[in-house]
Amino acid sequence: MLAYTIRRLLQFIPTIIAITLLVFLLLNVLPGNAALMAGGKQRLSQEAQERLIEKWGLDQPLHVRYWNYVSGLVTGEMGKSYFTREDVGAMLAPRLWPTFKLALSALLIACILGIPLGFYSAMHQGSWVDSVTMVGAVSGVSMPQFWLGLLLMYLFSVKLGVLPTFGYGDGKVINLILPAFTLGVGYMALLARTTRAAVVEVLTQDYVRTARAKGLRPLLVNRKHVFRNTLVLLLTSAGLQFGSLIGETVVVETLFSWPGIGSLLVNSIFYRDIPVTQGCIVVIISAFLLINLIVDLLYAVIDPRIKYS
Amino acid sequence: MKKYLVTLLTLALAAALSAGAMAAPRSGGSFEWIAPYGSSVNSLDPNMSDDEQNEMVCMSIHTSMYRWDAKMNKPRLELAEKVDISDDGLVYTYHLRKDIKFHNGRGLVADDIVYTYNRIANPDNAFGAALNLKSVKGVQEVLDKKAESISGIRKIDDYTVEITLERPIELAYALFPINMAILPQEAVEDSSKPFGSNPVGLGPFEFVEWVKGSKIVLKKFDDFYKEGLPYLDRLTYNIMNDSAARDNAFRAEELDANLLYSSQYAAMRNDPNYNKNMVEVAEMYTRMIAFNQDFTLPDGRKPFADKRVRQAFNYAIDEALIIEKHQKGKAYPAKSFLPPTTPGHDPDAPSYGYDLEKAQALMKEAGYEDGFDLEVVGTGSSSYGTGVVEVTIPFLKKIGINVKPVTLEGAAKYDRQLSGDFQAIIGSLNSGPDPVQALWRFHGSNDRSTRNTPNFKNKDFDAALEAAAAARGDETKRLEFVKKANRIFWEEAPIWFFNYNKAIIAYHPWVHGIQAVGPEMMFQDFTEVWVEESSPRAQ
Repeated sequence: MLAYTIRRLLQFIPTIIAITLLVFLLLNVLPGNAALMAGGKQRLSQEAQERLIEKWGLDQPLHVRYWNYVSGLVTGEMGKSYFTREDVGAMLAPRLWPTFKLALSALLIACILGIPLGFYSAMHQGSWVDSVTMVGAVSGVSMPQFWLGLLLMYLFSVKLGVLPTFGYGDGKVINLILPAFTLGVGYMALLARTTRAAVVEVLTQDYVRTARAKGLRPLLVNRKHVFRNTLVLLLTSAGLQFGSLIGETVVVETLFSWPGIGSLLVNSIFYRDIPVTQGCIVVIISAFLLINLIVDLLYAVIDPRIKYS
Repeated sequence: MKKYLVTLLTLALAAALSAGAMAAPRSGGSFEWIAPYGSSVNSLDPNMSDDEQNEMVCMSIHTSMYRWDAKMNKPRLELAEKVDISDDGLVYTYHLRKDIKFHNGRGLVADDIVYTYNRIANPDNAFGAALNLKSVKGVQEVLDKKAESISGIRKIDDYTVEITLERPIELAYALFPINMAILPQEAVEDSSKPFGSNPVGLGPFEFVEWVKGSKIVLKKFDDFYKEGLPYLDRLTYNIMNDSAARDNAFRAEELDANLLYSSQYAAMRNDPNYNKNMVEVAEMYTRMIAFNQDFTLPDGRKPFADKRVRQAFNYAIDEALIIEKHQKGKAYPAKSFLPPTTPGHDPDAPSYGYDLEKAQALMKEAGYEDGFDLEVVGTGSSSYGTGVVEVTIPFLKKIGINVKPVTLEGAAKYDRQLSGDFQAIIGSLNSGPDPVQALWRFHGSNDRSTRNTPNFKNKDFDAALEAAAAARGDETKRLEFVKKANRIFWEEAPIWFFNYNKAIIAYHPWVHGIQAVGPEMMFQDFTEVWVEESSPRAQ
């Protein structure tokens, strides 16, 4: 298993290189360049722009610039932001935890609410709970986060006054509730559906029928046989979804003034602050790859039949 | 009867006393404010920043030689007690105040002025702020790397600085922008603490903390040189880009004041709970569509090269109606390029207004009766982007112009604006506070890459503008020439004159001191803002 893990970790490198190449090409093909945006409303003089272009190396051929970037990346150097002139790594570091916290809380909410609902629906197929849950699930997945977030904000902050409208609140849990819920609803809906589907599938298996025929208590059957076996199916879809959740925090972060990677990414794109954009993307991709690896490793933990060499 | 009168008098006295008490500013409390123009603030180093989002925060931490005075609608001398200007207008001698301290405790001296302006002009820094110094003697040599420091800026003694110009201009307008703020060398060059995240300045508030992407917290600078000021103990800028989220926060009383966009304005202007506590101003931004006079139709004709077509475009659109219905009243119809808040605005200027018959007649006269197809480029904004273009479609159809809006993202649109790759382009142009500077972009020496978006070339206009610049010192004469230039510009109609932005800040009843700031409403000076006891954050 250790060998497998190391192999997988090594595979990160070509993946990240490939993605950064793609991102690099895309960003440099976009119209509008950072030197223009650097001036803001006042707009820089022609000379100042040219000097900036020179300073940032934007006048060098694409492959030279890419090579400089990647070789820096290997040593952990992500370059300097065009605008704050700060180290990109230093800019990213304080933003990681808020985003991770947000995504993790959304995951927790989604699991705690979504999985039991999905389970119950599967056990009571055709009941009104089942129908309501599934309709809710479709709505939840289709709901735009922006709209949902604003509505929740209006209800809980403006009308009821029980939750703060915005902000990180120096890490207080109460500030986490609305953003995490907004982010988690779509995910919860997806989990409910996936769980339901997974459970329904397992229920049709022979071993479940056998266990019931043996006369085992339904609760025991459910816990030992049904649930455990759905875990693998669940882990696959839920795990993949969580990976992409890290990159999906953009909307919620912007809406709630949450100091995470998502809002940094959005801002850097508008300003064509290429080093920061690339830095954010590298972080998000690494997180995604890491989560995928953890999910794969968890398979082996949950299901003893799965072994990695 | 007597008893009644006595009661009445007592009540009146009590009311007068309490009203008097209410009017006296109160020290203390904290203020939750906003930074609404982006989802980030880039830097708190003022020299480096060139956009409103950074500058609105910087102006509470830093101070420039002059500071914008919203009541007088012009810059006032701040760091110096007085300035002597030579007769030819080329030498300014500033006598600095001796009681000003930086947040690190050190007193301001002439060296700081010299250091800061040289830092701004340093070509290796490539600061946009350097443009403000272009008329100072010796700056061009520094920019061209022919000199190490600016020859025109000289320290006479610890509290006296002399600035010599290449040509006479109103130096106040060049030195008041926030990106010209004076900084302490030792803090700027302290490599252990990046200055952009650990600013030290001369402003009324000092830096406490910056939660990147979320908020910037400032506290009262106790050694501020104005006795008793600022009133507030704490000031927080919350970075909130979304207007609906801000609206929620404001209504929930988590924000003390808010910048209103069209939908909030429409909701609040008729709401008695809010409409008494609003400050409105005609911001110095003119929204317009610029015509590309080189735009050629498939048959070889150039419609916008003909003044009659350009004027027809102006006559054909009912700006007042669009503003009322589409912008929900959040703008003032443009009568010419300069808004009422900019000196030199001509209140008697004619305006094109809405005259469909005249528009159709002009089109026919110019030979464009069958009209033509037109692409108008813009961002997706509903205030000065393709949202507005869509609304003009039915109007322009009546004179035969078939408009197709093309939506581009900010940087991409700007690219095309500078290169002239458009048939017509919609946007918002800065139109103040210095009218000569605002109109100078249309001077013949400028082309599209230097912000002359319509590529306007007119000798009479240039002459009037140059005369205005030369009439420095004689304000009446200067403004006369400005009005003349403005008139010529209006007559030639190189753009469609749409509106001046109406900027509105709504505040809760316990807030005092929000002002009408023409150059940019978000540049609020918090030195004299105070909150009553009834504020939820009064302590």
